[in-house]
Amino acid sequence: MTIQFNDETFYGDFTFKNSDWAIKRFPFPFHEDSYMYSVNMEPHKSYRPGSVFERTFDVDEHYVSEMKDRARVLADDPLRCQSLPHMTLAGWDLVELIMEAKAAEYPDLFELHKDGNRWRWINKPLGIDDTFTFLDESTLPYGPMEYITRQTQGDFAVLDQRDDNLWMDAGMVTTQADWSLDFDIGMNFFEWHAPVPKAHEMGIFVRALKFLLNIQQGQPARRLNWTMTVNPLLDTSPENYHKWGTMKQGLTKDNIGEKQHLRVELQTFFRLPRSNALVFPIRCYLISFNDLVTVPKWGRRLHRVIRDLPEELATYKGFIDNRPLMVEWLSQYDDGSPTSDGIWPDE
Amino acid sequence: MSKTEFPPSIISRPVYGELEARSGSGHLMIADATGAEAILDLAKSADKDFWAKAHIIYIPKNTGTKYSSQLEDLGAGQFYAGPSYEAAQSRIRRALQDCHMGTQVYLTGTESLMGQAMAEATTAGIPHTAIQTEHRGSTARRMQCVHCKGITEDVTTDPFECSHCGLSLFVRDHYSRRIAAFQGVRVDAEDPGNIPDKVELFK
Repeated sequence: MTIQFNDETFYGDFTFKNSDWAIKRFPFPFHEDSYMYSVNMEPHKSYRPGSVFERTFDVDEHYVSEMKDRARVLADDPLRCQSLPHMTLAGWDLVELIMEAKAAEYPDLFELHKDGNRWRWINKPLGIDDTFTFLDESTLPYGPMEYITRQTQGDFAVLDQRDDNLWMDAGMVTTQADWSLDFDIGMNFFEWHAPVPKAHEMGIFVRALKFLLNIQQGQPARRLNWTMTVNPLLDTSPENYHKWGTMKQGLTKDNIGEKQHLRVELQTFFRLPRSNALVFPIRCYLISFNDLVTVPKWGRRLHRVIRDLPEELATYKGFIDNRPLMVEWLSQYDDGSPTSDGIWPDE
Repeated sequence: MSKTEFPPSIISRPVYGELEARSGSGHLMIADATGAEAILDLAKSADKDFWAKAHIIYIPKNTGTKYSSQLEDLGAGQFYAGPSYEAAQSRIRRALQDCHMGTQVYLTGTESLMGQAMAEATTAGIPHTAIQTEHRGSTARRMQCVHCKGITEDVTTDPFECSHCGLSLFVRDHYSRRIAAFQGVRVDAEDPGNIPDKVELFK
């Protein structure tokens, strides 16, 4: 196999670690020295070989351990995966999308063999070899969306499209930036974004919805979003906030480089062919401050972005109390020199 | 008491209107406490033959018999007064099932009543456009604890204690129509034991 999968944890002893390869390909989300909301959509086209934008569904060294973490979270709280009854067909659409993409783009890791509706799916990293009948739920161990998203990194929101709106009617959500699928399921686009400050007034959601409603089959889109997480904890859920909230208190000048992580979401959007639903994978990438500042441009830029971020955003993203410490620590890596345009490290 | 004016809030927070008698093949009216006043107000402008096709389901809560007899005197085809929403729930479900095309649904009273009945009505396939709401009376909130998922009714303070797991929760404006509740989140999650004083926000 081409990828060496890590054996690591995203909770408890937190043995998660990025290799040099993973650091180099990290999707740093700031293309300039400041940040404000924008719709920032672009076509989800293969771009920059080796980067997280190369494949339809990026598979990296964390794959196997992330899937173990998902199974752990689901065993603890099965409500993290839900699908309203009318969303089953969209689940099958997703099975097809992911299996076809992974089999085509990672032939050494995944295989899909079709004999009419009789499909054989081989997932080598997870040791799965299943034969099932496409569109027949009784032939899979889980519902179709749950089956395939237990094998795919990132959260998944599956959105029904009706009444000129998008409705969060199904999802697999175990690596979320503090939102609850169980609470938000059934909400429309504006409702589930209701708690986000400023962006409504800026017209961000109206424009984003307009864009998303018009996404066509075979023309997926993507954007990056970000927040901050103390410790490489994938499951920063509101359900468990009373268990992880205290971690924010333990940051010091000495441990911040190791404990504080920039959390980046690669969000992609695909139209599904049979259901006309939209699937919205939200893939989470974590990087410690220590690893991030090994790229000098990123260290300089992150310092400026965090220092100058409007207070409301730092509050909403949950790091207002730790911001002074972050800025102080990051300032060591900012010599004031200019940064080049774009998100990539300088060669 | 007239209808409530709520301060501006986030988009998921429900907004309510004012009931008006609309023409329909039937009229299902579900109310609690001072929601009765909204029905009595509507009665001032309703035609005489409106009531024959009406079904009133009323939960007096702490208003005693103050409104029950006035509502009964409207002469609805069906009138029911019950001791609690839970007690009335199976009747509400049945009444929604029996709705025909063109039945108008009227919900009035507390947010808890309207929210739960709205969830039942949409589950039963009644279109949004056939459902009217008007808030009357208490602004106490029905809250879901995001941690244990338990519902606490009639919350008037922020923070409050979850009636199931006992955690102190702060009151968000984020609202789920499916659960018919606002979201409560542990107030001292980042600093256990540091619980701010309760403020009475809702009456």
